Amino acid sequence: MARNREGLVLLLDVGPAMHDILPHVEKACSLLLQKKLIYNKFDEVGIVVFGTQGTQNELATEIGGYEHVTVLRNIRAVDEAVVEYVKWLPRGTVAGDFLDALIVGMDMLIKMYAATQKGKKRLCLITNAACPTKNPFEGTKDDQVSTIAMKMAAEGIKMESIVMRTDLSGDVYENTIDENDHLLNLFSSNAIAKTVYVDSPLSLLGSFKTRRVAPVTLFRGDLEINPTMKIKVWVYKKVAEERLPTLKMYSDKAPPTDKFAKHEVKIDYDYKVTAESSEVLAPEERIKGFRYGPQVVPISPEEMETLKFKPDKGMKLLGFTEASNILRHYYMKDVNIVVPDPSKEKSVIAVSALAREMKQTNKVAIVRCVWRNGQGNVVVGVLTPNVSERDDTPDSFYFNVLPFAEDVREFPFPSFSRLPASWKPDEQQQAVADNFVKMLDLAPSEKEEVLKPDLTPNPVLQRFYEYLELKSRSADAALPPIDEAFKRIMEQDPELSSNNKSIMDALRGNFEVKENPKLKKSSKRLLRDKPSGSDDEDNRMITYHTSDNKIDNIGDGTPIQDFEAMISRRDNHDWIDKAITQMKTRIMKLVEEDSTDENDRALECLLALRKGCVLEQEPKQFNEFLKHLYELCRERNLSHFLIHFTSKKITLIPKSEAADSDVTDEEAGCFYVKQEPMVES
Amino acid sequence: MELDPDDVFRDEDEDPESEFFQEKEASKEFVVYLIDASPKMLNTTCLSEDDKQESHFHIAVSCIAQSLKSHIINRSNDEIAICFFNTREKKNLQDLNAVYVFNVPEREPIDRPTARLIKDFHLIQESFVKHIGSQNGIVSDSRENSLYSALWVAQALLRKGSSKTADKRIFLFTNEDDPFGSMRISVKEDMTRTTLQRAKDAQDLGISIELLPLSHPDKQFDITLFYKDLIGLNSDELTEFMPSVGQKLEDMKDQLKKRVLARRIAKRITFVICDGLSIELNGYALLRPAIPGTITWLDSTTNLPIKVERSYICTDTGAIMQEPIQRIQPYKNQDVTFTTEELSHLKKISTGHLRLLGFKPLSCLKDYHNMKPSTFLYPSDKEVIGSTRAFIALHRSMLQLGRFAVAFYGGTTPPRMVALVAQDEIESDGGQVEPPGMNMIYLPYANDMRDIEELHSKPGVAVPRASDEQLNKASALMRRLELKDFTVCQFANPALQKHYAILQAIALDEDAVRETRDETLPDEEGMNRPTVVKAIEEFKQSIFGDDSDEESDSGPKEKTRKRKAGIADGNYDFIELAKTGKLKDLTVVELKTYLTANNLSVVGKKEVLINRILTHIGK
Repeated sequence: MARNREGLVLLLDVGPAMHDILPHVEKACSLLLQKKLIYNKFDEVGIVVFGTQGTQNELATEIGGYEHVTVLRNIRAVDEAVVEYVKWLPRGTVAGDFLDALIVGMDMLIKMYAATQKGKKRLCLITNAACPTKNPFEGTKDDQVSTIAMKMAAEGIKMESIVMRTDLSGDVYENTIDENDHLLNLFSSNAIAKTVYVDSPLSLLGSFKTRRVAPVTLFRGDLEINPTMKIKVWVYKKVAEERLPTLKMYSDKAPPTDKFAKHEVKIDYDYKVTAESSEVLAPEERIKGFRYGPQVVPISPEEMETLKFKPDKGMKLLGFTEASNILRHYYMKDVNIVVPDPSKEKSVIAVSALAREMKQTNKVAIVRCVWRNGQGNVVVGVLTPNVSERDDTPDSFYFNVLPFAEDVREFPFPSFSRLPASWKPDEQQQAVADNFVKMLDLAPSEKEEVLKPDLTPNPVLQRFYEYLELKSRSADAALPPIDEAFKRIMEQDPELSSNNKSIMDALRGNFEVKENPKLKKSSKRLLRDKPSGSDDEDNRMITYHTSDNKIDNIGDGTPIQDFEAMISRRDNHDWIDKAITQMKTRIMKLVEEDSTDENDRALECLLALRKGCVLEQEPKQFNEFLKHLYELCRERNLSHFLIHFTSKKITLIPKSEAADSDVTDEEAGCFYVKQEPMVES
Repeated sequence: MELDPDDVFRDEDEDPESEFFQEKEASKEFVVYLIDASPKMLNTTCLSEDDKQESHFHIAVSCIAQSLKSHIINRSNDEIAICFFNTREKKNLQDLNAVYVFNVPEREPIDRPTARLIKDFHLIQESFVKHIGSQNGIVSDSRENSLYSALWVAQALLRKGSSKTADKRIFLFTNEDDPFGSMRISVKEDMTRTTLQRAKDAQDLGISIELLPLSHPDKQFDITLFYKDLIGLNSDELTEFMPSVGQKLEDMKDQLKKRVLARRIAKRITFVICDGLSIELNGYALLRPAIPGTITWLDSTTNLPIKVERSYICTDTGAIMQEPIQRIQPYKNQDVTFTTEELSHLKKISTGHLRLLGFKPLSCLKDYHNMKPSTFLYPSDKEVIGSTRAFIALHRSMLQLGRFAVAFYGGTTPPRMVALVAQDEIESDGGQVEPPGMNMIYLPYANDMRDIEELHSKPGVAVPRASDEQLNKASALMRRLELKDFTVCQFANPALQKHYAILQAIALDEDAVRETRDETLPDEEGMNRPTVVKAIEEFKQSIFGDDSDEESDSGPKEKTRKRKAGIADGNYDFIELAKTGKLKDLTVVELKTYLTANNLSVVGKKEVLINRILTHIGK
């Protein structure tokens, strides 16, 4: 078996107590096998079910015993039929003995891959472990399990047990469960064995490692405390997103008769001087440019190479700080894990000392890392302790990337305490919220935590593989609905809320929300489409209260203020026209009085009108009025009034002030130049 | 950074969220920096960080200079104008006295910042007195009012662009809290009124005016005298307005930086608390990795941008394919085809809402439960009245009970479980450090996590652990190496700084690239303090003992590399192969041996590798 190939035996409990959850087991196993077909198609898989009426396995034939264990499929490379085996698992009739099954599985692995052969050998057991195991012929069960476990460790066989415990009905004996759990635990301490307890179909799907990824170190080298003190570490990815397989593009252009058509699609990039030209630039005729404001700055690769930032590979400790200084939301990326080099005992101890002390004192370490030579940047990150609870697992650190100064956008937000009282909860509401938060508890105790990320599968991936399988049978298969099991991560647990109806009702009753009636449909859309943040006016410090401007008439007392208030009204565009018309009338009245006092007021009004027209971009209204006024004054020889035109610089509104104007700057200036001689005459 | 075909066509990366954020970034902002250049600004000084006397004018100008640099890098689509008032000379379209709009050639008065603008503005301090000059522009007798004129000019500049698509802002720098204080009462009233009206007019046009006041060393800037009306604060907002008005240059820079970044809505999110109770939140991307801008390919002879065209070609027929193109997954000896539509339906498993699932104690949120930068959530009553109240109530309960919320968020691809961690407001002298709200942390799925710990376990074999003595030494070491006042993101990204220094030098035709400091390196001075050295030495001693200082190593690795290099050199004459153009006949693995042997990057497609080898040989 090649180094990177896996031999796996699935041991599936199909006894009567398992019947309810077998559909989910089928799903989980299908997914595993489907992924193997895509990613690890040289992996070899055997399938064993136990709790069956019949018996069919080599050990039973050779030495007897091992009843109710049936080998559905011997270990061989995955093929298109493999999924069929797990799609329709037989429903067993007797309570299965998982120890028997384990021995059968182990025997299969050993026979298949002699101990000398290196490779990855794995047993995967799915059971509810609620049925008693048989007593061995000699010794105790504990002895037997220890012997099996040691054999497994010697053979390099890994074991993974998934124990499905939903609500166990009354006819199961507690001691059986305790005993079985104890036995499974015994495996863990003697072999590479892991037991996961799951309580929902969702966690069952999630607990099953369906994709095998060969772990690769990101970095091997020194964690440098200072130049003289270095710890040997390896860095791996702890978290990396599993994506959909990369789907290839497919061309259907080849004629159906062409048997050798590859149906591949190639992506071509053409670099052209302009979109129209057909001339294509060769690689050496192009140069990379970087934006710097409106300019694009060309930099040749050589220039870039000589000038760019070139840090040395390594991990350097900057120091330690209180864990509370690093808020959780500053973690920027997926997470790495820093483990001591397994061959360096001193490094294992050094990491252990630091990790344990960090945990003890609530400290974290800040480090600066360059993972590879030639990497053009550095990362600053935080090491947090990962102290192992198992004796055989070394202590390690988690590594999270922290942001640089450039990565932070500090926008101020209003303090909650300073928001208007009507926006804040009162005491009663707060009590209701407290109750709600306490009630909707997903982790009443450490053991009972539900929706653990570690046991939650990705619904999209699940759905893709399901669809893929359907499509492989029939090309136009319909998209399957999302699996029921995923309801648990997409909606609140209905049981929890129906059990606490009074709390839920209190919550709904105390926190009434309603759509803002002031927002009409159209304006809502407008706000949505508005790309920038200016729509957050409610929270802005500068707010204009339209209610202040309820003036709808220009009175005699304070015409300018009235005009400004009217023109500022934003509830209806008509106010602007109204204001301008009324102001015009007002000015005409004042001008006609022809007293110095009234004239001064008229001028002020005129200035206000001009300003208003500039603001509202209504230049024509003003310009026509000014011309009219000028004619009028000339007719009636109101020279006193006209003189002030010059001193107050009342001109036509030119284009530069309002785009709609058809008066040029010069014309606007000329307006009163023309008048002066006239006034003098 | 390079236009990588793989990257362009990566299947899963069509993250609508990141696109969304980018789109938001593209929205424009028009900014006028309005700087009071009165003699009072030039003559009042205060102490800088390094105990030098700096004039208020200098502080304002340096802040803006720095802000321009970050503008050109981060938000180069924004248009800015710089305008002084209370100047001797005048330069503005309206020809108003005492207002000077600063500009450089080939640039509109309000335009995107250019390298030239930055460079010339940098020199303004020296040339200011000579070319622009300072002079008090508010003169009682002539009824001149430079503040009024300045606002007018700024407003006229900001006439550009539609207020629907752009934010328009005026940043006003002054140290005069009572501009009309010395006037006769009647004149003062008049001037105050007209100036305030001017400001209100501007605000009515959608322009916001922000004040950056400078205080005298012995007298606080009193905002109540005049400016509170100008910027439209009412009494309870006064307290909120700048708890401490910055005196130091650094504070001011900080203030400006915070305010230049307008608050931008990232995403409107409906938060379903339970059936029958949904509130409205806004999501903000407060933390996102800053990256050097995208690459534009240029014609190397003309330096003009070139057009990159992508086409899909059927390898069987050579025909050009039109998007959308079907996708296939080889499976069970056949090709299963998917249309892009089917794929997008497949990925769409939920409405984009955020649905609350329940609460857990904070200890359930592990350090490895993280996928990407968090999103900050803040409530909004804009569309759903009552949202803020419900949000605050939950926020308080969660803080008090030490719990975080688990929710399902449909707004990303794939949809994810998220942790909502309540964050209380944190304030310091400089203002808000952490805004109040919740941080949405994207949780990994089971399949995204790898069991590395298990890989490193040896069943039945106990791993060595630190002894009490070693723990004590570690503790002593940690105390010595405590980082005082550490704050996240106190470091500038050295790679980014270097990159921009290079760009700036080339753009401005400077001879030398500005030196950038790598702040991320350990503090050597601190590390060499005798007490620190001693603590490290003792820890080392406790771990490694007397005999050897370290387990010697790196031997095998070096050997591997040498061995690899040996194979490479032994099997193939790369120089010969390169000459004859036969490198392409080698496999990628073989090519990589050469690259590894020569310490070169092994990233990229075959073509890229070959090119890299050719470049290397060519040297």
